[in-house]
Amino acid sequence: MKRSWYAAPYGLWMVLFTVVPLLFVLYYAFTDSSGAFTVNNFVKIASPMYGLVLWDSLRLAFFCTLLCLLIGYPTAYFLASRDFSNAQTLVVLILVPMWMNFLLRTYAMMTLFENNGVINTLLESLGLGRIQMIGTEGAVLVGMVYNFLPFMVLPVYTVLKKMDYSVIEAAEDLGASPIRVVSRVVLPMSIPGVVSGITMVFMPAVTTFAISRMLSSGMIYLVGDMIEDYFIAMNNRNVGSTISLVMLVLIILSIGLLRKVDPDNSGGGLW
Amino acid sequence: MKKIAVILLVALLAGLFALPALAEDKPFAGTELVVYNWYDYIDPSVLDLFQEETGIEVTYVNFTQNEDMYARLEAGAGAYDVVFPSEYMIERLIKEDRLEALNLDNIPNLENILDNLRDPSYDPGNAYSVPYMWGTLGILYNEDMVSAPITSWTSLFDGEYKGSIFMMNSLRDTIGLALKTLGYSMNTRDEAQLREAGDMLVKQRQDKLISGNFVDETKDKMVANEAALAVIYSGDALYAMEKNDRLRYVVPDEGSNIWVDGMCIPKGSAHKEAAECFINFMCRPDIAQMNMDYIYYSSPVKQVVENLDEEQTANVAMNPPEEWVDRCEYYHDISDAMNLYEGIWMEVQMAR
Repeated sequence: MKRSWYAAPYGLWMVLFTVVPLLFVLYYAFTDSSGAFTVNNFVKIASPMYGLVLWDSLRLAFFCTLLCLLIGYPTAYFLASRDFSNAQTLVVLILVPMWMNFLLRTYAMMTLFENNGVINTLLESLGLGRIQMIGTEGAVLVGMVYNFLPFMVLPVYTVLKKMDYSVIEAAEDLGASPIRVVSRVVLPMSIPGVVSGITMVFMPAVTTFAISRMLSSGMIYLVGDMIEDYFIAMNNRNVGSTISLVMLVLIILSIGLLRKVDPDNSGGGLW
Repeated sequence: MKKIAVILLVALLAGLFALPALAEDKPFAGTELVVYNWYDYIDPSVLDLFQEETGIEVTYVNFTQNEDMYARLEAGAGAYDVVFPSEYMIERLIKEDRLEALNLDNIPNLENILDNLRDPSYDPGNAYSVPYMWGTLGILYNEDMVSAPITSWTSLFDGEYKGSIFMMNSLRDTIGLALKTLGYSMNTRDEAQLREAGDMLVKQRQDKLISGNFVDETKDKMVANEAALAVIYSGDALYAMEKNDRLRYVVPDEGSNIWVDGMCIPKGSAHKEAAECFINFMCRPDIAQMNMDYIYYSSPVKQVVENLDEEQTANVAMNPPEEWVDRCEYYHDISDAMNLYEGIWMEVQMAR
């Protein structure tokens, strides 16, 4: 048997659950409710109103990715550094939350952030007064970072761990200051991991709707919400598919752009 | 060995006697019915009882939204024998010829249904549906957080409860209540009226009057005192009021929506008479009582309403006063005007 046959089960899976649904999306995006060809769906969503929703989704995803990078990179660097012996334990600790369904974690977060929730009750008992958290963009960002942070830490950690440590020693021997070592040696060598991390965080972040809906009390309306509204509340799978298709193209384009930065895909092999 | 032979003989004799009786009382014994109902919307022991009394096997499957159910019906005609759509969906299914006309001779218990819920405008003469449960759309408010009892939808818009209002993330209900506030019908197709309602909802968002926009989470959040006012279905209000005695339910003066989930037989059902037998069974007072006690929604069966205890009778979410019901209207199918509603809804959702 040829070795390529080993992938047959997955190939079948992919055709059934990826290729066929994509063809449906394509079909519905270019037809109206009676099944006739049309581009009106695209005309409709070209209005500035829809652009604002997309902009909100992109903006939130951008800040989420940035925060994940700012928190995740130093964490990964610390974990990968040679003088830290309990790295495995910490990596497991980072992974543990991922073993639980993200909806449950977000529900838990909701009870933390509510007006009469855990944090506010605590603040009040300390005499500090309540703060409004649930329903704000801040709460949504915290929820997203919490959920997606491991996807940033792991690829960066993998790349840093594989890095030849003698290169750093050489830089130090040649008189580079610690800051210079990081900025001229470690950072450039970890770019593949960073690219992979950014991809893994940004993509799910830009299409999220469960986290944002729960933590914003349904007050922030993102692309994911819009697609759901079209499919279910308005029973209009044509426009729903059109928005999905536009999203898909945007995501493919941004993956393509990121690939330019890391052409041989050495970013921990996660993509 | 002898013992077994005796047992077999007795069993055989018993069987011989039982057989004609079986054929008489249980004409549909052995039939298999597929019942497609809302999630968590029946007392499971009712199904056992039905099986026991009629010999009909019930396969019970669930949905959580009318639209889900519609998609399944569309995809597989003949897969279901009894379905439980809401009134506007019943109307649409009738219009699209997806329901079997009921033979009301097989459903004598229709007599038990409350007069004001019989012969409804969405299904004249109950030709296609029999009410199962019903309720209203209204406002749930926290007595401790309002200055006076709420009586009007305008409390959602006048700014007094800014930042302490939960709206409902549901196209028909949200636009509908805004239309009612303005004195229009919830089923309007008039663009100017819809636009006016839309503008009001957009302004409500822009003025930051509302602090939440949910469907399922509302009841638990109201129990936790997270807002003063919330738009809610009476069934959810009942649940919340059980858990927090500061909560009150009201159907505003301007009127609201009355909803009914009915029982229908989709086209293509192979066991129409057995399905009618099931629908009839569900309207029997003792069975309706079991269902009401279990799911705690309002039953349309007269005997059950008469049987409510004092506390339940006084509970306006469970047993709305007649004048409340009189100012409510059913949703009608507006799918031909969906384009108008869609535009308004998008503007509201995207308002900032």
